[in-house]
Amino acid sequence: MSATAASSSGTDQTIRRPTVVIEPTRGWAAIDFRELWTYRDLLMILAARDVKLRYKQTALGVAWVVIQPLIAALIFTVMFGRFAKLPSNGQPYIVFVFAAVALWNYFAAVLQRAGNSLITDSRLITKVYFPRLAIPLGSTFSALIDLAVALAVLAVLMGIYGISPTWRILTLPLWIALAAVIATGVSLWLSALNVRYRDFVHAMPFLLQVWMLASPVAYGAAIVPERWRLLYGLNPAVAFLEGARWAVLGASSITTGIVVVAVLFAIVVFVGGAFFFRRVERSFADTV
Amino acid sequence: MSTAIRVDGLSKSYRIARALKRQPYRTLQEEVIALPRTLWKRARGKSEMLETFWALSDVTFDVNEGEVIGIIGRNGAGKSTLLKILSRITEPTHGRAEIYGRVGALLEVGTGFHPELTGRENIFLSGAILGMRRTEIARRFDEIVSFAEVEQFIDTPTKRYSSGMYTRLAFAVAAHLEPEILLVDEVLAVGDSAFQKKCLGKMEDVAGHGRTVFFVSHNTQAVRQLCNRCILLEHGRVVSDAPTDVALAIYNQRLREMRVDAETGINNPENRRGSGAIRFTGVSVEDLNGEERYGFKMGETVRFRLSYQLNEPMRGVAIVVALRSGLSREIVTSARHVVTGDQLPAGSRGCVVIDLPEIYIRPGEYPLYLHIAEAVPTKTNYDVLDDLTPPLVIGAGGRRMHPNFDPAQPLGVFSIPSRMTVVESIGETAQTNHETKVNV
Repeated sequence: MSATAASSSGTDQTIRRPTVVIEPTRGWAAIDFRELWTYRDLLMILAARDVKLRYKQTALGVAWVVIQPLIAALIFTVMFGRFAKLPSNGQPYIVFVFAAVALWNYFAAVLQRAGNSLITDSRLITKVYFPRLAIPLGSTFSALIDLAVALAVLAVLMGIYGISPTWRILTLPLWIALAAVIATGVSLWLSALNVRYRDFVHAMPFLLQVWMLASPVAYGAAIVPERWRLLYGLNPAVAFLEGARWAVLGASSITTGIVVVAVLFAIVVFVGGAFFFRRVERSFADTV
Repeated sequence: MSTAIRVDGLSKSYRIARALKRQPYRTLQEEVIALPRTLWKRARGKSEMLETFWALSDVTFDVNEGEVIGIIGRNGAGKSTLLKILSRITEPTHGRAEIYGRVGALLEVGTGFHPELTGRENIFLSGAILGMRRTEIARRFDEIVSFAEVEQFIDTPTKRYSSGMYTRLAFAVAAHLEPEILLVDEVLAVGDSAFQKKCLGKMEDVAGHGRTVFFVSHNTQAVRQLCNRCILLEHGRVVSDAPTDVALAIYNQRLREMRVDAETGINNPENRRGSGAIRFTGVSVEDLNGEERYGFKMGETVRFRLSYQLNEPMRGVAIVVALRSGLSREIVTSARHVVTGDQLPAGSRGCVVIDLPEIYIRPGEYPLYLHIAEAVPTKTNYDVLDDLTPPLVIGAGGRRMHPNFDPAQPLGVFSIPSRMTVVESIGETAQTNHETKVNV
């Protein structure tokens, strides 16, 4: 839908231009960033709603944000660090694993929430207009809160094990941004597809499980043989997971090649997803 | 006067094959399996096999600033589709609409409300969804809360609210939206009559401030009260664009011309439902002279002539005639009559006349609700005609008006006999007992 935002120019009627023009849109349309900006409050309120709703009427409340990744990291440490004796570049395995678990949980949370978001909010879509992108984007932001808590736990763990951060820690936001862009890009595709094909409700848990096993979350990318490393790097999650480890611990088997592949992937999937989303959003209200 | 909305040749089509013959959404597997066939059909140019249904076709009109315009028409006439296009929820297939000014759309009460969130959180959420800025909501927050009368419960999750509180809060948010153009869909169909009065009052208020109101309804009484101009839609086309009185007259004329038989409105579950074991085959409302009409004066006798036919054997036949309130759509009175208690074979038919003698219902519009079923009361609906006929219109000034009835103050629905005795009246005048007796 093409909406031309024009400031209503005073009272002069002869040059008054319409605030909104409603016409059928043809072909592909880019994201209307200006419109999205005018709806920034909605975006933030939707994100805040997500956060509030998740821990309503739970006994432990926000403690879940700490417990979840911590227990996962503990199990990985015992199974892979203690029993399987997988390498952790000489760092305490729990810190090594937690850095990746924190980022992976963020990534998975965005996919999970955003993927279903348009269905969950179908009543909004059929009853009121706003940029539909605000719904999946809300998930991208709401999951950041959980990530922030997890990073605080990571800081505590680093303190316990006496790991002092280096300048590399300053690159952590970049890895988070990379994870956010990839997760958002993928979820733009998934959420839009989900409106028409409900298969993705079933596919999502499976997809996330497989993707996690194929990514260096419970183990380090170092255990992948050198000759398979580049192929392994085609999984864009490798870059931000290993990147986060590199930023926190300085020890990682990340290469420039892997990062370049992931950044390219991020751009392609995000831009493609945005165009795809804009293309199909016109019929959301009729399909959902 | 300048234009607020300009609509030019607006059309919207839906492809029925996808909406009805197939499920609205398909699984990926179905799509993949269907792909060769789809491609084959497309290659041979057969994709037009899909039936196209025009929910709106070539709708053109202008609305001036400050006008309160009503969109009327039967269910499925395209009213809601038009509103959805103007509020940008869905896109038109052809045509163009220009909107001058900030739009607020009220398609339901409580858009975006989440039961788990508190009243406070919901005000911000719903406000943002309806297009308000955060600072704007914060500025009007106290006003919204006091309008809704929920001060004490503002930090309680709305799921613990009574339905009245919930609706009041939801409406309060919308009422403080302050758009230049307000698009309203049947919001009045929910809530109690006091709330509906409040809604109508607020809308009159909005209109009074020179803002444009675009009101979609088949609540003709509300339309009459609010709008100075109406657009009548039928099958997605503009049939009439005229002052409210004229448009409503045409609307009611059209309804009257439509004969109700066993098939009327059968595809419209909102107006006609039931298993179909028995069907009304004819419905007419007439006066004692046998003349068909829907307008009556207080004190006149309203006669229903109803015929029916059984499609399945049934244990007797009973008919309910009920009147709904024109505003709240609640049933205000009903009459049930058992035609027969005997077992009847399929194919039986009959015709009955039900009189509502000397009807003392106050002036207004009363949509009709007709129901036919077995004589033994059951939960099953057999045939229900709900607001399918024109509404009964009661006017003031019948044969025998109540001496204490003032048409300018038509409170309530019924005129009941009442009597006053002054027990004490202290003042400078001599103490005398007045007695006023009112007879029906």
